[in-house]
Amino acid sequence: MTGPLTLTTPSDREIVLRRTFAAPRHLVFSAFTRPDLLRRWYGAQGWRLVECEVDLRVGGGYRFGSRGPGGAGMTQRGVYRVVDPPATLAYTERFDDQSYPGETLITHAFTEAAGGGTTVTTTVRYPSARARDIALRYPMRRGVAESYQRLDTLLAGPPEAGPPSRRDGFQRTAEEGDEPQ
Amino acid sequence: MTVDAPDRLDATFAALADPTRRAILARLATGEATVTELAAPFAISQPAISKHLKVLERAGLISRGRDAQRRPCRLEAAPLAAAVSWLERYRRYWEERYRNLDALLHELQAGPAGERESPEQAPEQAPEQPPERGREPAR
Repeated sequence: MTGPLTLTTPSDREIVLRRTFAAPRHLVFSAFTRPDLLRRWYGAQGWRLVECEVDLRVGGGYRFGSRGPGGAGMTQRGVYRVVDPPATLAYTERFDDQSYPGETLITHAFTEAAGGGTTVTTTVRYPSARARDIALRYPMRRGVAESYQRLDTLLAGPPEAGPPSRRDGFQRTAEEGDEPQ
Repeated sequence: MTVDAPDRLDATFAALADPTRRAILARLATGEATVTELAAPFAISQPAISKHLKVLERAGLISRGRDAQRRPCRLEAAPLAAAVSWLERYRRYWEERYRNLDALLHELQAGPAGERESPEQAPEQAPEQPPERGREPAR
């Protein structure tokens, strides 16, 4: 019942992720909004959610603190814009040491899927195309211990924990003075 | 190749957002073509196609031949590969996260009998809410 995770880019400011889960909507919605549940799945690629505060109401805030490899830390926070269980959840997102201006708006739409499952459609909307550019820039140029680690969790995971297979080609393309013709 | 990488990526994503431009790229993936050849399958004018080609060229996704008459277009793979690679890494991050979520949801539904739909019955975590079926969390 769970399907593949699909990713599309409907505009130069948006990324859309879609995935189906084998669980009813209210349960999936809870997993996205309850700190005790969020702590159990939200991390990936060596990062763990260690602090999680949620004030689940429109205008209420949240704060997620994560711990990564080598003790690296990062914090993201924002304000809930839409809280409509079990159908819609929208919130702003900003990292404490964020490199780009403005806030990203994350919208999750929870729809019923065949067989009692739930499809989650997540739209990540950057405040501007420029902000998205910058978000793209850092994971390509970071060093292991740089202060951009918080982006790693969003974008790719840290170098020592991230999947290595595509990294080489990616960096060759992206690094200054090493652009292929 | 002097465009800064992030600007290039921005231009790449913008270029890819348009269905006609994606179709042009798909056509060029099979080999180089002239503007006339590229315009043929579309119900839009050659100047409109030329505009799309300029966007693709600025994004570094295509290059034009030197021949002033034909100026054949060809696909440039590197910027496309960079964009696709970034998105793939982003996708894989979420994929891992969502696999964790699959496991959690499975565990929650396989919980103690009679509490199948109550997320509060998850083992090893103290419930923060009273186990009330269907109730959405709020604080």
